[in-house]
Amino acid sequence: MSNLVILPILLPLLIGAVLIFFNKKIVLARVITTITLLVNISSSTYLLAYVYNNGTLILETGNWVAPFGIILVADGLATLLLVTTNLIAFACLLYTFRSLDSEREQFYFYTFFLMLITGVSGAFLTGDLFNLFVFFEVLLMASYGLIVLGGTKAQLRESLKYVLINLISSILFVITVAFLYSVTGTVNMAQLAERVGEVGQSGILTTIAILLFVVFATKGALFPLYFWLPKSYSIPPTVISALFGALLTKVGVYSILRVFTLIFVYDSITHDLFIWLAGFTMVLGVLGALSTNNIKLIIAYNIIPAIGFMMLGIGVFTATSIAGTVFYLLHDMVVKAALFLLVGAIIIASGTSDLRKMGGLLATHPLLSWLFFIAALTLVGIPPFSGFIGKLLLLKSAFEEGYIIIAITGLVTSLLILLSVIRIFIGAIWGKPVETNKKVPTSLLLPISLLVLLSIMLGVGGEYIYPYVQQVADQLIDPSNYIQSVLKG
Amino acid sequence: MKQFRTNDLILKTTTTIIAFVILAFSIYLFLAGHNAPGGGFIGGLMTAAAIVLLYIAFGIGTMARVFKWSSTTLIAVGLLTAIATGIGSFLFKQPFLSHTFGHFHLPFVGDFELATAMLFDLGVYFTVIGVTMTIILTIADDQNEEKSELG
Repeated sequence: MSNLVILPILLPLLIGAVLIFFNKKIVLARVITTITLLVNISSSTYLLAYVYNNGTLILETGNWVAPFGIILVADGLATLLLVTTNLIAFACLLYTFRSLDSEREQFYFYTFFLMLITGVSGAFLTGDLFNLFVFFEVLLMASYGLIVLGGTKAQLRESLKYVLINLISSILFVITVAFLYSVTGTVNMAQLAERVGEVGQSGILTTIAILLFVVFATKGALFPLYFWLPKSYSIPPTVISALFGALLTKVGVYSILRVFTLIFVYDSITHDLFIWLAGFTMVLGVLGALSTNNIKLIIAYNIIPAIGFMMLGIGVFTATSIAGTVFYLLHDMVVKAALFLLVGAIIIASGTSDLRKMGGLLATHPLLSWLFFIAALTLVGIPPFSGFIGKLLLLKSAFEEGYIIIAITGLVTSLLILLSVIRIFIGAIWGKPVETNKKVPTSLLLPISLLVLLSIMLGVGGEYIYPYVQQVADQLIDPSNYIQSVLKG
Repeated sequence: MKQFRTNDLILKTTTTIIAFVILAFSIYLFLAGHNAPGGGFIGGLMTAAAIVLLYIAFGIGTMARVFKWSSTTLIAVGLLTAIATGIGSFLFKQPFLSHTFGHFHLPFVGDFELATAMLFDLGVYFTVIGVTMTIILTIADDQNEEKSELG
């Protein structure tokens, strides 16, 4: 039974390795990858239901008991993120078939793609800090492959920056784990939490916590460390941008959420720091989004304020705010993937990514236009859609705890986010049709509608999803549940 | 212009002998991994070193006729071996990657301990050879193409 936990990691890894044999047979690779993701979606959904009903599920790999072996922990948060990851990956896969050129597809695209899913799933499931590092490297290696795949000049330039930044933060990660190991003598997260709790969070442990935060903040693109993100995410082909925008930075946020709700919760310095950084991240990210006319870059910049909102929830640190962060995380993964795919379709339709040269898509592409409108409203958080619930919980908890300034900053940021995406709507969709407008194949709109539908369901069906999110938040606020289920007592 | 060819007879003759010594040593390292320094990683690197030496001595054309397998296939084979070892524990209702061992009586060797961890190491061994050879041959191939383009 407990082997079920490894399935979302194992299946993409296995199939990714098998697909190395058939890299030239695109149709076969497409069919196999689609089946793999469908199986993955159903198995992780089953895992989600199982965890909701029966509590956290643990896999002790190789039959070694908790602090000694590598532990995989499927708790509420991890399974929820797994299901979302696989759904997004499925939509991106459907988009790939019509949008990516066959040369890229033949050059091991599907292997890289599945390895990326392996790395992301592994990072969500692992219960061991060093193993988290290894899965970070798995997903980063796959993303290096994807970002440079095709080898255009711009891709080479941006991938150099991307690889350098990530190598440096990975080195810092290893050094920090070494520090932590020399202080506590373990890398198992549950045992770490127990030991840090026993000695209280002394000065050296807070230092290590902040170092670890710097690592995850680089991966997750927070205020002083986000400068690498917008360019390198907007350069590769649309599908790859969508995968990166939806999954990679969110693994950084997940790691911060996990480490700072489980291990380092005894010193409020870190959480005060988060509030400050959340504010700066929101304001500067959205200013970037307003500063450019490249529509893909606008969406890439919009990743940053969303990360700020999630950090706000982790900084305030009450059950409501953590629930808000989790809900906002789920919503943002879906809506960022949808927006990147939509912008890709708009670029195909108008033949340019410059906002000033496009216009009038409403007349020629009504479905695409309205899908974009819904996705834009969802991003901002207009009530019936999914962005609203997460933001409401976050701002409510901020007001309750007396963080008035940050809550107002959040509201103003929302307004500016609305402005940045409505600029795309006004520029590309209203106005006179430009003669360069081309037809977009309907098969490209299918995965986009899938994602938009999912985000509408997240919003309208918030009533049904919220109890689960609430349970996840309660588990996160009280780490004793996690520690007990891993260490069994 | 016809290029002046050096006659590297000494290199070729010594390579034929030394490559076998390196290969034997690499397999020794690979097998020793359980109880002594060694294992799949260093064993694979040594084997790759032996093959690279053959490439240096005999050139890419000759070696391509001898080795029919592409090195990327070797990566996939290695990965699949390692994953299959992990999955093998599912058949016995054990957690992923559970390993076991037993004592067997082998001809010539006598009583010997065989462990399934060896199979995982075999996967590592193949993957390391595959990755190393892919890196080296890809870079070497690029140079050859550039040369032939230049004339």
